[in-house]
Amino acid sequence: MSENILIIGNGITGVTAARHIRKMSGNNIFVISSESEYFFSRTALMYVYMGHEKFEDIKPYENSFWKKNNIELIFDHVTQINTERKQVSLKRGNVINYDKLIIATGSLPNKCGWKGQDLQGVQGLYSLQDLKLLESNTRKIKKAVIVGGGLIGIELSEMLLSRNIEVTMLVRESGYWSNILPEEESQMISRHIRQHHIDLRLSTEAAEFIGDENGRVKSVVTKTGEHIECQFIGLTAGVSPNIDLVKNSGINYNCGILVNEYLETNIKDVYAAGDCAEFQNALPFRKNIEQVWYTGRMQAEALARTVCGNKTEYSPGVWFNSAKFLDIEYQVYGLVNMNIPGEKNLYFENEEGNKSIRIVYTDESVIGFNLMGIRYRQEVCVKWIWEKYSIEKVLENLSEANFDPEFFRQYENDLIKKYNSLNPGKNVSHGKKRKLVHSLFNNSAQSY
Amino acid sequence: MTQNILNIDPPSGNNFTALKKTGLAMFSVGMLFFLISFTSVTEFSPLLFFTLSIVLPSAGALIFFFAQLKSSLPGVKKNGIQFMSATNRGLIGWTTAVFLTGMYILIYWFPELLENLIRIFDPLSFALNGNPSNQWFLYGTLYTIAVLVMGVRMLIHNRHSKYQIIRTLSVMFVQLTLAYLIPMFIQNGFFFSYFWPLKQEYLFPSSYEYLTASGGIGMFMFFWAAVMSFIATPVLTYFYGKRWYCSWVCGCGALAETLGDPYRHNSDKSLTSWKIERWMVHSVLVVIIVITALLWIDNANENFIFGEFVHSANKWYGFFISAMFAGVIGVGFYPLMGSRVWCRFGCPMAAILGILQKYFSRFRITVNGGQCISCGNCSTFCEMGIDVKSYAQRGQNVIRASCVGCGICSEVCPRGVLRLENGPPKDRFELNKEYLR
Ligand SMILES: Cc1cc2nc3c(=O)[nH]c(=O)nc-3n(C[C@H](O)[C@H](O)[C@H](O)COP(=O)(O)OP(=O)(O)OC[C@H]3O[C@@H](n4cnc5c(N)ncnc54)[C@H](O)[C@@H]3O)c2cc1C
Ligand code: SF4
Ligand code: SF4
Repeated sequence: MSENILIIGNGITGVTAARHIRKMSGNNIFVISSESEYFFSRTALMYVYMGHEKFEDIKPYENSFWKKNNIELIFDHVTQINTERKQVSLKRGNVINYDKLIIATGSLPNKCGWKGQDLQGVQGLYSLQDLKLLESNTRKIKKAVIVGGGLIGIELSEMLLSRNIEVTMLVRESGYWSNILPEEESQMISRHIRQHHIDLRLSTEAAEFIGDENGRVKSVVTKTGEHIECQFIGLTAGVSPNIDLVKNSGINYNCGILVNEYLETNIKDVYAAGDCAEFQNALPFRKNIEQVWYTGRMQAEALARTVCGNKTEYSPGVWFNSAKFLDIEYQVYGLVNMNIPGEKNLYFENEEGNKSIRIVYTDESVIGFNLMGIRYRQEVCVKWIWEKYSIEKVLENLSEANFDPEFFRQYENDLIKKYNSLNPGKNVSHGKKRKLVHSLFNNSAQSY
Repeated sequence: MTQNILNIDPPSGNNFTALKKTGLAMFSVGMLFFLISFTSVTEFSPLLFFTLSIVLPSAGALIFFFAQLKSSLPGVKKNGIQFMSATNRGLIGWTTAVFLTGMYILIYWFPELLENLIRIFDPLSFALNGNPSNQWFLYGTLYTIAVLVMGVRMLIHNRHSKYQIIRTLSVMFVQLTLAYLIPMFIQNGFFFSYFWPLKQEYLFPSSYEYLTASGGIGMFMFFWAAVMSFIATPVLTYFYGKRWYCSWVCGCGALAETLGDPYRHNSDKSLTSWKIERWMVHSVLVVIIVITALLWIDNANENFIFGEFVHSANKWYGFFISAMFAGVIGVGFYPLMGSRVWCRFGCPMAAILGILQKYFSRFRITVNGGQCISCGNCSTFCEMGIDVKSYAQRGQNVIRASCVGCGICSEVCPRGVLRLENGPPKDRFELNKEYLR
């Protein structure tokens, strides 16, 4: 018997769930979204604004994909969920019945109640509509202020720079993204931001935004009373789960929609996943609301199995994430900057101060990798963390992890030298012979 | 810590600095002189007009590229490429396409209209090989200048990537020496960097006779051509993929990777174009294999069996495939269909290398776990029109016959997902089952 599976939200979470359910079953699948007709990559919105790609290019699948895979797309807004009758109502008036409902409504940008936050020229960046607004808000302007220093903040700054707009960035913390990045990396990125002539103001908070006679923003006042003139303000102080829809539906929520480890809500046959979901019990060392692309995708994979009758817990394994800060790529695997009792850090930074390798370890084993401007292999790092390799065993094999393009300068030996010099009496060495074979035949793909 | 080794200008609302304006002005004036050089005023002083219409625009372009060192830090440089008329199939793009196509048509079929332009190359031609210039000298020189000047642009744009630097230097060097200077000095203008079936005639019986008649060196050339086609090609492709040729050595590749680089995103990525590509490129391969085989059979039988038929088939191939397709469309359509139209849809050498790469090679583009965010940069900037992200987002290694190994997908990926590498063929096709399906 085929069931009606209804998915609200066509982001990475909703779409991944739909694709996997399709692979495993012949159910009727409906995916509803009011943002865009077809799935697009939210993470790539910046490249459209910067002129690297056309909007068409950031759609992960060709338009014909959905019909071919018999996934029905509905371009409409869900206004209400009725869990008793198992129905949702759409803005255009239709009502659809479901057997199982997946809520994957994503996030909304935070607005922290600043005075003047609704002025013209003040906005966040999350949706496609935000991007269109940004186009018109930034046309022919000279100066912008970004409030908030996270990942979206730096992306928005890069976007504005690409249009030759001067950018000032207000960051509450004393270093860029210093709640996530370790001290040295945070400083590296702060330096890099300034090299790009972004006026980075650390330990600075916005107090209010001032408009002109037309209701258009003209300046920001900081908490220390300083006025900064600008024609645009980007609000990038984080995002929060989009839970408007569940507020009167009987589905439990806190900050996000509350779910257990199977992504089930308190109501039978109603599930939530991705940015909008909040775990009642967070997994060890993880947040109870995970707002990244990868976790949305992994949650959806587990959920698809559960929905198809093979009840599967969400168990994402070793944490990983990646980003790019202007020209510096960032990858993280495992536990970094978490102040684990007994943790030690081995850190190497190149002379130019724009590449680094950090390995976090305890007396027993390696627990985390943090890379700046250098690419490492996920499989290898995760395996080493999972199988509890000791720091020395990892160092001996470190070149296996390097994923930089051929001919790039490799820094693994420098890191090992540093380890030896910090630990007198130790003499870890790179498997030299192997490295020769390695570089001759470039056998890296073989080594694990 | 050294913090400010790299200094760039602050944003100023206008990214045209004085230096860039100077470069652009020199380039524009130079191009104007290039057009003027079609007229007989060049008789006044060929050297002067060579300087004004060739040296001046080249220098202008170089100044423009060097000015970018001051306006941006090392890193991926694609800002605005979809907005600029020159690169988004706008008016300037179309004008460029018409200009390039026109030049090819004139050089191939109406060289008499180029007479005045050809004459300004006389001083250079005499200096290099003691002969007056002709349309092929003009063509070779412009081609080489384009590769060198736009090669410098490529080097500056990719100065953060050693792979791109070395690869670009390689195509620039091969073009300048093996494909330009050396053929000029040796009799019969042999190119050591082109092989059958791209240079189909190198393994024709007529070449065999012609080359071997010229003694030892000719023998060596024929031997070289045969060894490169039948032994070096499969062996090198086994170890390194088709990139050893297509994006490191080949002259068509050299132009595509330099002059063609600003247009690479214009290649079509659809499944339909992939289908058309496979049909076309393999058909051309079959045709040229058949023609070559028939010519040899015919040769052995003293024109007995097929008579004039193969020879006229060969002529038609030369006209439609080698001239129209490889030249006029292949290069002329850069601004409209991306830099590898010929390489994707027509080149029989690419077809052979592709088959080898797909089934008998250690080369693949490895996908790094589950790191892909489906941003689409890799696909957008793949000049061969490969939808790289469709592999990356499934955690599947990219193994495609057409991939020329330019490495740009890996470079533009903002999450470090892709790496060109050579490894044992055994598990090339593996999916990263752990992370993605
Ligand atoms: C600019 C930007 C850059 C980012 N970069 C990265 C990155 O580099 N790496 C990373 O890991 N993460 C990144 N993220 C975060 C990542 O994009 C999100 O975690 C992810 O997209 C969440 O996916 P989702 O499917 O859960 O929700 P969403 O993608 O938000 O999808 C939810 C969809 O549901 C729709 N919807 C909501 N309510 C309704 C309704 N009532 N009716 C109909 N439709 C509705 C919404 O319009 C939306 O289309 C970025 C986010 C932004 C904004
Ligand atoms: S797949 Fe990558 S390396 Fe291959 S041709 Fe395309 S861009 Fe170049
Ligand atoms: S560029 Fe990288 S992250 Fe973007 S789609 Fe391609 S592989 Fe994925």
